[in-house]
Amino acid sequence: MSRPEGGSLSNPLEPLPATPNGHAGGDIASEELVGHGHFVTHFDEPSLDYSISETKITETTLEEMRSIAARYPQARSALLPMLHLVQSVEGRVTPAGIEACAEILGLTAADVSGVATFYTMYKRRPMGEYHVGVCTTALCAIMGGDEVYAKLQDHLGIGNDETTDDGKITLEHVECNAACDFAPIMMINWEFFDNTTPEKAIEVVDQLRAGAEVQSTRGAQVCAWKEAERVLAGFPDGRADEGPTAAGPSLLGLRIAEQRGWKAPDREHVADRKDEEAK
Amino acid sequence: MTDPLTPVLTANWGDERAWKLTNYERRGGYQALRSALQMEPADVVALVKDSGLRGRGGAGFPTGMKWSFIPQDNPKPKYLVVNADESEPGTCKDIPLMMASPHTLVEGVIISAYAIRSNTAFIYVRGEVLHVVRRLQQAVREAYSAGYAGKNILDTGYDLEIIVHAGAGAYICGEETALLDSLEGRRGQPRLRPPFPAVAGLYASPTVINNVESISSVPSIISNGDDWFSSMGTEKSKGMTIYSLSGHVANPGQFEAPLGITLREILDLAGGIREGHRLKFWTPGGSSTPMLTDEHLDVRLDYESVAGVKSMLGTKALQCFDETTSVVRTVLRWTEFYKHESCGKCTPCREGTWWLVQILKRMEAGHGEEGDIEKLLDLCDNILGRAFCALGDGATSPITSAIKYFRDEFEAAMHTPAWELFPYERSTIFVREPVGA
Repeated sequence: MSRPEGGSLSNPLEPLPATPNGHAGGDIASEELVGHGHFVTHFDEPSLDYSISETKITETTLEEMRSIAARYPQARSALLPMLHLVQSVEGRVTPAGIEACAEILGLTAADVSGVATFYTMYKRRPMGEYHVGVCTTALCAIMGGDEVYAKLQDHLGIGNDETTDDGKITLEHVECNAACDFAPIMMINWEFFDNTTPEKAIEVVDQLRAGAEVQSTRGAQVCAWKEAERVLAGFPDGRADEGPTAAGPSLLGLRIAEQRGWKAPDREHVADRKDEEAK
Repeated sequence: MTDPLTPVLTANWGDERAWKLTNYERRGGYQALRSALQMEPADVVALVKDSGLRGRGGAGFPTGMKWSFIPQDNPKPKYLVVNADESEPGTCKDIPLMMASPHTLVEGVIISAYAIRSNTAFIYVRGEVLHVVRRLQQAVREAYSAGYAGKNILDTGYDLEIIVHAGAGAYICGEETALLDSLEGRRGQPRLRPPFPAVAGLYASPTVINNVESISSVPSIISNGDDWFSSMGTEKSKGMTIYSLSGHVANPGQFEAPLGITLREILDLAGGIREGHRLKFWTPGGSSTPMLTDEHLDVRLDYESVAGVKSMLGTKALQCFDETTSVVRTVLRWTEFYKHESCGKCTPCREGTWWLVQILKRMEAGHGEEGDIEKLLDLCDNILGRAFCALGDGATSPITSAIKYFRDEFEAAMHTPAWELFPYERSTIFVREPVGA
């Protein structure tokens, strides 16, 4: 057998250990299967945990939500950024966050909840400080993403969408993140970690757990997940100038063109040629 | 003769801090905006139409024609929406563009909005690219400060608000009508057409939705003219475009070339398939475009030629897989993607992708059952053309094309697991066994 180590990645025949939250333990294939092979969809995922009523949403948060709503010609357009803001305060989408959005936009909580549960970036369970996403869509999976993901699961002792006991790392396999020329890709709080390997991935998560500063291979120093969510809500953190213009593969064609003296036609040359043709 | 590579959109990606306004201006940035604002909006539309620019997001619809569909006698506000939700598997051109040179896009947004007489523009960028969101936010702020956006732009009396809007993780929002629903604060589910967005789009108002690369191409067309743009490319597929090479190649990367370059030519520049291996199959434009094989290395990568071999140019995402790769496994993983991303609105796609995954999973494990290949094809036949939007159609492309070219591998899936036929570690970038072993 030459299957990747730790990889029951898409083998439907292996037993699926169930975890306390009702999800089978963390591998890709098992997500649809609970218990005795009963099929569930993401619509059956645990809904919001209404047993938690405490909230960190303050009057300031509500003011910021109103300011987001004011950016748009129609306030409801603000719902996605408002939910990002909720996550930046609460560490996930909470019932209180849903109610706050609904109140400000004049919607029902069901309307807001219906939207929040549609998008994968909105989390219903408390998130770790760092969201580690390993791309396991076809190309990244084949080029090593499956192994990276499996090794991280083993190393961290958690399954998909689960968080380490120290609250530091939430692991998830993610879909194509538009960096296929850097495959396999890992995202940490939605910053790129390019050309990753199991060893590199483990080193990075260990550094994060030890509280070290970690630099994206093509972006900024990694911030906390809640801070990233605040930027996505439209509140810049002043870090746009970190990191390079572009790296490696992004520059390949440009470098070859420069070496060979290739360029787009000049405008004058095209105009002259057209004149000649006209004659 | 035009050179094989023609960097225009990528020309400043090697510059130090190319994302800063001053560095963009030093290269002539925002001169196109100044020129465009001296023109009548209708003349800007005509120039873009005459250039032959076609949508770079996959469908290839003529950009200027899309703009001309905006009814100018409609009293409602008009909107420009940039589709920056780049998520089609294999596609990775817009993200580096916005990271390196967000002002190329922002300048294009202002010119394009002016052309369609819109005073509000949105850049809908996927949420999973934090640093790109930062660079866009900053570029838009810089544009406002410099007087390129906001009220009375460059003293011309033209006003434009630009809003950077981060999505929240949903491939379907790259479908233009789903994007509009998402931008209205709803679940991202596609709308029935007609009415088309040009007539009733965002807030039921006339709306143009264009891909990042399409809009980013506009400043260069304004600066250099329609003849300059159409001097590159083929008769019906004009201009330069960004090809994204990925997978089992010696050197993956972005290549900006006139439309019509071939995969063989790009591979020659990139050092070929990784050493000791050979090309098995590839996609011309993302996973939703039917796969091709080494027979198609010399097909011109323009809209017509790729359609001529029963595929689509799509996003020009050239994902290459070598002979170590299991087609069944690859197709399963793409199908899992579509199943995950299906929005659930229509039955053929929601249910069909689920069944496709069930069958492909047992095939990967070598437990395919008699009739499974026919069942896959039958399911695809019941999704293609019957789903609400192109996601369902796209989901069938990898399967039907893989069965067409590699039926024997699906036959083998009746008895042998894919990981035995194609040991998975041999496909990884960190394979340690000797090449060719």
